[in-house]
Amino acid sequence: MRRREFLEKTGKAVALAAVTGGAGMFFHNRTTARYTPLVVKSRSFEVAADTAFPKIALAEYSDPATAVSYALDAVGGIKRFVKPGEKVTIKPNIGWDRAPEQAANTNPVLVAEMVRICLEAGASDVVVTDISCNDPRRCFLRSGIRDAAEKAGARVLLPRPEDFVTTDLGGELLTVWPVLKHFIQTDRLINMPIVKQHSLSQCTIGMKNLYGILGGRRNQLHQQIDQSIVDLTAFCKPTLTVVDATRVLMRNGPTGGNLDDVAIENSVICATDPVAADARGAEFLGIDAERVKHIVLAEKTGLGTADYRGAGYKEINQ
Amino acid sequence: MTIRTVRNLRRISQILFFGIFFWLVLKTTFEVDFNPVDPSEIRLPYPVSIALEFDPLAALATVLSSGTLYKGLLWSLVILIPTIFLGRFFCGWVCPLGSLNHWVSEIRSERLKRKGARKIESNRYKKYQRIKYYILLIFLAASLMGTLQIGLLDPLALLARSIGTVVLPMMHTAAAGMLGWVKGLGSQTLANAAQQGYDLVAPLLLTYRQSFFHTILTIGTLFFLILALNRIFTRFWCRGICPLGALLGIFSRFAFLGLRKDEKTCTHCDLCVLSCQGADNPDIGSKWRQAECHLCLNCQASCPEGSLSFRFFPNQEVTKENPAGTAEINITRRKAALSLASGLALFPLFRSGDAFAVNANPRLVRPPGSLPEEEFTARCIRCGQCMRVCPNNALHPTFLQAGLESMWSPILIAKIGYCEPTCTLCGQVCPTGAIMELTMKEKVGDKDTAPNRIGTAFIDRGRCLPWAMATPCIVCEEWCPTSPKAVYLQEETVYDSKGNAVAVKRPYVDPHLCTGCGACEFACPISDRAAIYLTSAGETRSVKNQFLLEKNRRKAPLERRTS
Repeated sequence: MRRREFLEKTGKAVALAAVTGGAGMFFHNRTTARYTPLVVKSRSFEVAADTAFPKIALAEYSDPATAVSYALDAVGGIKRFVKPGEKVTIKPNIGWDRAPEQAANTNPVLVAEMVRICLEAGASDVVVTDISCNDPRRCFLRSGIRDAAEKAGARVLLPRPEDFVTTDLGGELLTVWPVLKHFIQTDRLINMPIVKQHSLSQCTIGMKNLYGILGGRRNQLHQQIDQSIVDLTAFCKPTLTVVDATRVLMRNGPTGGNLDDVAIENSVICATDPVAADARGAEFLGIDAERVKHIVLAEKTGLGTADYRGAGYKEINQ
Repeated sequence: MTIRTVRNLRRISQILFFGIFFWLVLKTTFEVDFNPVDPSEIRLPYPVSIALEFDPLAALATVLSSGTLYKGLLWSLVILIPTIFLGRFFCGWVCPLGSLNHWVSEIRSERLKRKGARKIESNRYKKYQRIKYYILLIFLAASLMGTLQIGLLDPLALLARSIGTVVLPMMHTAAAGMLGWVKGLGSQTLANAAQQGYDLVAPLLLTYRQSFFHTILTIGTLFFLILALNRIFTRFWCRGICPLGALLGIFSRFAFLGLRKDEKTCTHCDLCVLSCQGADNPDIGSKWRQAECHLCLNCQASCPEGSLSFRFFPNQEVTKENPAGTAEINITRRKAALSLASGLALFPLFRSGDAFAVNANPRLVRPPGSLPEEEFTARCIRCGQCMRVCPNNALHPTFLQAGLESMWSPILIAKIGYCEPTCTLCGQVCPTGAIMELTMKEKVGDKDTAPNRIGTAFIDRGRCLPWAMATPCIVCEEWCPTSPKAVYLQEETVYDSKGNAVAVKRPYVDPHLCTGCGACEFACPISDRAAIYLTSAGETRSVKNQFLLEKNRRKAPLERRTS
């Protein structure tokens, strides 16, 4: 072997050994965990308290659009809640692949009317969305909400995997969960639940409806359902709760399916107090709010009052 | 029109039909922005399985196995009857898998690699090309006995299955992975650009939600192997294996269109052999093999002397140096008989095993509207259209769950997705009626109609939170879509590890109400192996797989509609 050849070969071997060793050292015990930035909700959706208006009002009219406008006017009118140029997210219950008359999802007429009212008040953008349990395409379609809300001028958005943000809910029980960004990155949040029977929480109305902002394996929440509901309500603090009690699902909730289980009540509740809204809503199911654990716990936590009459309850009839 | 123009037309036709086929598989999905005429009963806007209905092999084999030509399969005559007069134009002009093989073999193959005389020889007719006829005979004989196996190798079913369950999901995984990778780089500009690109591609090529399919490695391996074999033999699949090609070869026996060879002008340059797709010996001096010819017209177009021409009733001057073409398929009678006998024997071979009946897999839950297993096996061509269209990714190809006999037929895996109660898409797209088209009323049932039941849910009390762990849950009951609910609750007092009394609601299943949709299994918080699970017991389609003694036991509503 010539000297030149020897030097060349040795040089290459040493270089390769150095690179291999260096790579080993470089990757050894390297921290590779990818941090998902934690989002903290910075904005409050609530409006300032105003003693001139009751915290809760109910209107009973056979036309849902009329009912919602009266109930809304009673608590201060839309101008109190949505200022021109603000972004609004409406969260109806679009959980199930059911038709409107089966009363498993919020009444599409009501959602459309709410969209119209917000746009009329000057909202720059109205988003309607929910995280469905059944196939979202079917839920949005068959609930009639996609069609009705789009026609009224809203952006109806199906959740996409990339739309979830890892969020610190800061709750007693719920801390880090994926939340659909539209429920955080907005100016106003209007919660639009429907009144339904539920086997574990007795009733699912406004506060339970907020389950729908979460991604992930939210079916674990049932193990401590009352605290979960309270944590979510404390996190969201929606601007307004508009309860759809036009049709009420009395049994076999929250999925329903049988028209015999549906009671026609033609009522709409508007409330700035989410606890009062649920307490009044529960009465449609014949349930006393004092016996609903999550309502009692929410009141104790200071999220509102279950004694809705004490909150200046106003009822408007045809 | 010169022959080169005609050849270009053939190229356009290949691209067009491949594009249509791919597009149809792509559209076999429930799209986000789809506005059905009637939202109460969702139907797909296009006849997405039409390409499979043009398949003469699927048509013939299902006629043999089931005794009926289902719905759109009559379209297959549009391919078969012209083949009788023209020959295998389908293979050269239409077949999307043939075109794919054509294009892949142009990249690199033995034919292009070798030099001189061996280069010519490599593209001549070879004995292995007879294998496809034997495969066809085996499959047809098996069909006659009632076990439909053509779907394993039928080119259209194979391609639809491979694109639907392997290629498209792979594209989705790759696109989502690339998006995540770019976003992980930390540059907001790049991340936004990537998201915009993704948003552009997603509505065109990706489904609303990523699909994950069972056993795609076996499906993908076969598919990519078929493509890879082109490197060794040009169009090995089309020439040697494809049973549809074999069927069309047999049907072209009396074709009018043939190759006329003019001996006088030929200079024996062999360019015709080199460009031949079917390896059917187009050169002068050999017997042209009608049954192997794909009618690609390359030989005529490549002949510098104009010695070759496709003519109706080619009146060729036959000499010893210029023999006439032949319609023979060159299989021996003895081997043909052996193939038929083997095909017939497949049936007792499969059915003497336990997987079909006596020890059928309890987790073999078939799609809603599926025929009884015996008729199902006689019809399913394993095209995977039901799996592709299922909005919940609930339907999957089986590997061995239904035995080797029914490999790649559909199974519902509730852990991945449940059967959406009001959805009837799988029956809408099934080209052979293995899954009957249900109306929503037939599926969900009403006061007078029993719902279509695909199985029954059972509770694993050892894993259930309220049953075994003194923890409230009820998610299965919450999700149960029947009304009244098939999953019902009993409040009971149990004691936790510290001896505290805890009131929990324990789930029970009412088998009379359960339709077997599997929503409970899907939703169960114990996600690795759910505490409530679906088995096929009580499925409507089976008379034997019942366990309840019911007065007025209903007849399966499908029995009336099997023909």
